[in-house]
Amino acid sequence: MASDKRQWLAGEYRATPERPVRFSTVSDMEVDPLYTADDVPAAAHRDGLPGAFPYTRGVYSSMYRGRLWTMRQFAGFGTAEDTNARFRFLLGQGQTGLSTAFDMPTLMGFDADHARSRGEVGREGVAVSTLDDMRTLFQAIRLDEVSTSMTVNCSASILLAMYLAIAEEQGVPWTAVGGTIQNDMLKEFIAQKEWICPPEPAVRIVVDMIEFCSRHVPRWHPVSISGYHIREAGSTAVQELAFTLADGLAYVEAAVARGLAVDDFAPRLSFFFNLHNDFLEEVAKLRAARRLWAVLMRERFDAREPRSLMLRTHAQTAGCSLTAQQPLNNVVRVAIQALAGVLGGVQSLHTNSLDETLALPSEQAVMVALRTQQILAEESGVTNVIDPLGGSWAVEALTDRMEREALAYIRRIDELGGMLRAIEVGFPQKEIADAAYLYQQQIDRGEKVVVGMNRYQVPEERPPELLRVPLEVEAKQVERVRRFKESRNGRAAYEARIRVREAAAGGANLMPPLVAAVKAGCTVGELCDVYREVFGEYRDPGWV
Amino acid sequence: MSERPVRILVAKAGLDGHDRGAKVIARALRDAGFEVIYTGLHQTPEMIADAAVQEDVDAVGLSILSGAHMTLFPAVLAELRARGGGDIVVFGGGIIPDEDRTELLAAGVAALFTPGAPTGEIAAWVRTRVRARAV
Repeated sequence: MASDKRQWLAGEYRATPERPVRFSTVSDMEVDPLYTADDVPAAAHRDGLPGAFPYTRGVYSSMYRGRLWTMRQFAGFGTAEDTNARFRFLLGQGQTGLSTAFDMPTLMGFDADHARSRGEVGREGVAVSTLDDMRTLFQAIRLDEVSTSMTVNCSASILLAMYLAIAEEQGVPWTAVGGTIQNDMLKEFIAQKEWICPPEPAVRIVVDMIEFCSRHVPRWHPVSISGYHIREAGSTAVQELAFTLADGLAYVEAAVARGLAVDDFAPRLSFFFNLHNDFLEEVAKLRAARRLWAVLMRERFDAREPRSLMLRTHAQTAGCSLTAQQPLNNVVRVAIQALAGVLGGVQSLHTNSLDETLALPSEQAVMVALRTQQILAEESGVTNVIDPLGGSWAVEALTDRMEREALAYIRRIDELGGMLRAIEVGFPQKEIADAAYLYQQQIDRGEKVVVGMNRYQVPEERPPELLRVPLEVEAKQVERVRRFKESRNGRAAYEARIRVREAAAGGANLMPPLVAAVKAGCTVGELCDVYREVFGEYRDPGWV
Repeated sequence: MSERPVRILVAKAGLDGHDRGAKVIARALRDAGFEVIYTGLHQTPEMIADAAVQEDVDAVGLSILSGAHMTLFPAVLAELRARGGGDIVVFGGGIIPDEDRTELLAAGVAALFTPGAPTGEIAAWVRTRVRARAV
């Protein structure tokens, strides 16, 4: 049989010359012209059925026939009032979960009135410095009726404390609060580069949150292990898969070392992957991710609970694949990427807006993005059949290959002493920078085509309607934070901060004193200052 | 006086960590034969101007993707002037809407490259527009 494919390739196939291009994925993985049963040694049978180990075909037995994915558009800009209005617009349009984008000062743990925040307040997301801001952000939204995702990492512990404090104010018990906080610090050092303290204390804070949530906020996902930013930083699909799973293994290892039982917390770990242009590669990546995670969790940690083995994931279409040139083309890219996500079996999806390489998404662009998901869900028919690409020789062969190549990377990281050590020597960072540079060279030479950018260019039309955040937003927010600090009980806030400091230095779980501190009026910046004092600040090694 | 190679500081201002573009440009300019120094992330305008003057660079390539370009570009220009580096060429890249672009070019930014600009185009621009300063 194997010789049939080889003979055919050497004979009949050769007879017609190929176009003079390299047939490789967007990640530069060369692919065969044809896949046959020979490329899939019984794999299609090995993986059995959805909802069963190793979950290659999907984590749930009924998949989208049981429940569609959560349509979760990431939103946030300006003040808490501005973003609250956008949230209510999206919920009114049929969106089923909230996803909060914070501004850079909040993400880096600075208050709006800090000198480092100049020019950045409310620009890339919503500004939240105080409990008052958090209250406004969720005004008239019941926290037991929505699931909220918060994209924040090094200051995540403080934002979660604020969210829980607001739930309490609304009379919602923590056991009824559901959502996700990104809180994946390892990928920050690898790719997104938003940090406060060095990797070891950063992971300790993550483990505090995993521990606290497993006891007190059981419906919360305390970490969303993220490949998205790794890919955006320029990695290949295999690197995204490998580094993300290696990060996940590092958190599980740290939590187990803390004394937690794997099946007590692993069911609440979730993932976040990127969806790039290369359709088959992306479907294969998601299928391989599920199989690998299930196998690794069983082999390495003896996890027994099925939910500990299931890789449940959010996904977002690739911001880095969109072009500023001919932005309407981005609608098509997003649709293809989102389809790969759905055929890859994701649980939650964000579709990017066509104008986001130009500015923050406008309301009209966000609507088209959401409608793309609704068309896939309700018009395309792809939700009727579970894992419809399963059994395709090409998809199965690529799934096996992604698994194999990712596992080789994971073993390499094991040899380096685990992900923390690998980050210290810059291993994943350098691999990604090399891949990003190679890709750029391929684009510059025209070997990889980006329509409208390096081929089929036209003299540029005027960009579509753009959302601008007025500069006054910053002054308004700075004033608001100052007033808040003046009006609070300074003594109580000071004492609450001392309790956080003691927990940070002494090793007790940080979450209980953090919840008390935000209620006492401590701000995001002040509490991150405690981290800076106790743990020190991490600096970019500046590797090129 | 023999001509020394053009020195460029690739700088990443602001709080965001989007360094993919800055790193790719740093490598591409280095491969194109320029001397390149990369600041690393999270630099303030003061830190960038200090580095530019101390390293005797001829140009600063500033990457800003946090939306704070209207604050950070003018601040870098002002800090350079304050240190006697007013003749250092400042160019940049990032997500910059048209109206802001016009204003920044008028304020003294020599060129702004949008996402998707080929690295060869940026290197060619540097070659024609940036000369080694007398230092």
